[in-house]
Amino acid sequence: MPENLAGIGVCAGVAAGPLLRIAAAPALPPPLPVTDAAAEVDRAYAALAGVVADLERRADRAAEATAAEVLRAEAMMAGDEELREAVRERIEGGADAPHAIDAAFGTFREMFAEAGGYLAERVADLDDLRDRAVAVLLGLPMPGVPQPGHPYVLAARDLAPADTADLDPSQVLALVTEIGGPTSHTAILARALGLPAVVACPGVLGVAEHTLVQVDGTTGRVVIGAGSTFRKVADAEVAELTGPGRTSDGHAVKLLANVGSAKNVPAADEAHAEGVGLFRTELLFLDRASEPSRKEQIAAYGEVFRAMAGRRVVIRTLDAGADKPLPFLNQQGEPNPALGVRGLRVARQRPRVLTTQLEAIAAAARDSDADVWVMAPMVSTLTEATEFAAAVHEAGLPRAGVMIEVPAAALRAGDLLGVVDFLSIGTNDLSQYTFAADRMCGELADLLDPWQPALLRLIAICGAAGRDTGKPVGVCGEAAADPQLAPVLAGLGVSSLSMSPRALPGVRASLARYSYDECRRLAELALAAPDAASARKVVL
Amino acid sequence: MPTRTVAVGSASGLHARPAKIFVEAAAKAPVKVTIRVGEKKAVPAKSMLSVLALGAKQGTEVILEADGDGADEALDGLAALLAKDLDADDA
Repeated sequence: MPENLAGIGVCAGVAAGPLLRIAAAPALPPPLPVTDAAAEVDRAYAALAGVVADLERRADRAAEATAAEVLRAEAMMAGDEELREAVRERIEGGADAPHAIDAAFGTFREMFAEAGGYLAERVADLDDLRDRAVAVLLGLPMPGVPQPGHPYVLAARDLAPADTADLDPSQVLALVTEIGGPTSHTAILARALGLPAVVACPGVLGVAEHTLVQVDGTTGRVVIGAGSTFRKVADAEVAELTGPGRTSDGHAVKLLANVGSAKNVPAADEAHAEGVGLFRTELLFLDRASEPSRKEQIAAYGEVFRAMAGRRVVIRTLDAGADKPLPFLNQQGEPNPALGVRGLRVARQRPRVLTTQLEAIAAAARDSDADVWVMAPMVSTLTEATEFAAAVHEAGLPRAGVMIEVPAAALRAGDLLGVVDFLSIGTNDLSQYTFAADRMCGELADLLDPWQPALLRLIAICGAAGRDTGKPVGVCGEAAADPQLAPVLAGLGVSSLSMSPRALPGVRASLARYSYDECRRLAELALAAPDAASARKVVL
Repeated sequence: MPTRTVAVGSASGLHARPAKIFVEAAAKAPVKVTIRVGEKKAVPAKSMLSVLALGAKQGTEVILEADGDGADEALDGLAALLAKDLDADDA
């Protein structure tokens, strides 16, 4: 008898398959007396060797060189001779293998934590290695994403970036998490990979592993015990449309792709993106102890610009801070990072980082035929926008814009368009700051729903300012990837939508179903709706 | 005993990639090499965890020691490696 669970659909599509969970870290069992110390040492060494072998296997399979290098470094830690020595000493002192391993890692853990800084952050790696070794000893699956060798639906309490670093999108059919919201890491990952996903789905962890489930990422429904195929059900209508984004009567809404590096450009091309609406430059800066050189930046930006020759590329200057802290900026210790020195605000303390980046963008732009626009994240005042635009022009770049992520900026969209050439609305942060609701807080997922009329109202202010000034106003947050929301955004005056390439065909198809007048009427109805759920029902 | 004192050249210190490169090289040396910072306890240079735990940053002086046949050559090679910026792409 099929039974349903309900959550929030965050990435459209339907898929069915056996459900598997991310294994939790094993708990240490009560200590056992050791009678044969030599055999116990062998057992402990074998477990560590198993962890090393697993990490090396994952390194061999890792698609990215950086990911492979990190995994190999971890393998070296798990296979460390001094660690084994410490384990042997503990066992000879009477500990059993799991406790000896725990204590041996504990010694290094303490040293790392004491050293502070970079090493203190590696404590989590040590804990993970210990959990893996203990899991092997106890005959439990190693913590992390399962690798059963066949396609499956992945269930978890929530997904952290570390869990998903080596997630294989050809094996994972859909994602379901117990907590999380529309802008949580799970949702963002699902859209990037084009996987149907349901978040905030209580009860999913109670489903027995290997049960067949069907996940509907549009309605948020998870049917237990239904569906017997492993296929992904595609919206047939979606695949057929290509070409520029437009309503049924030809009103243009540019469909752009969000990219992080030149690697994402083929996917954008495949989806017939008209350009790049958000080129995130953080990738180059992440996991770096020092700022990337000008030369390195020019090379990375140039790669994307050349691949997008003849098309628009909106590049965003470094968006560091909050959920993306960068080691070289020394941002630790902010009591409330989301409200701290992040985005453009970093330039208050480190103006050189911004000017170097703008110079690198300008140099890369000169060497390509792409139409390069530059925008700043986390702008909240007219002064910030004015200064940023001046810096962009100073660097020799013609088009400067700002992101609208803070309500203060949205309220003054008209004034901002007096000093910059375009606006781009980052709906994830705009939701977070408008509703005073942490993006990572699953319990508040309803507040972060992009259909919230208050959020739509702020978007409407920006759209109206765009219409009045004839300047472009885009949306590059997760809301841009919601097919049902696309006609509403167009009706609110949004002139471009930028999203993960996989979401593009669905949005294109949805836009083509409505005339521009209908879009405007839908926008009015959604704005007037009492709540997000009613707003959503406006578009069926 | 042959000894070399060298300042860490890598921008990120003796962490992550530089540590991995150094430890791999030390493991290939024909003699047992130890590394220490100041008067702290010397640790095996081929132990990734011990080398990381030194917490050596760019400019930190570390002391390499080894004994036996080929010790001098091994130390020269490892000292040169430590002095380089192993975070740089051509490393």
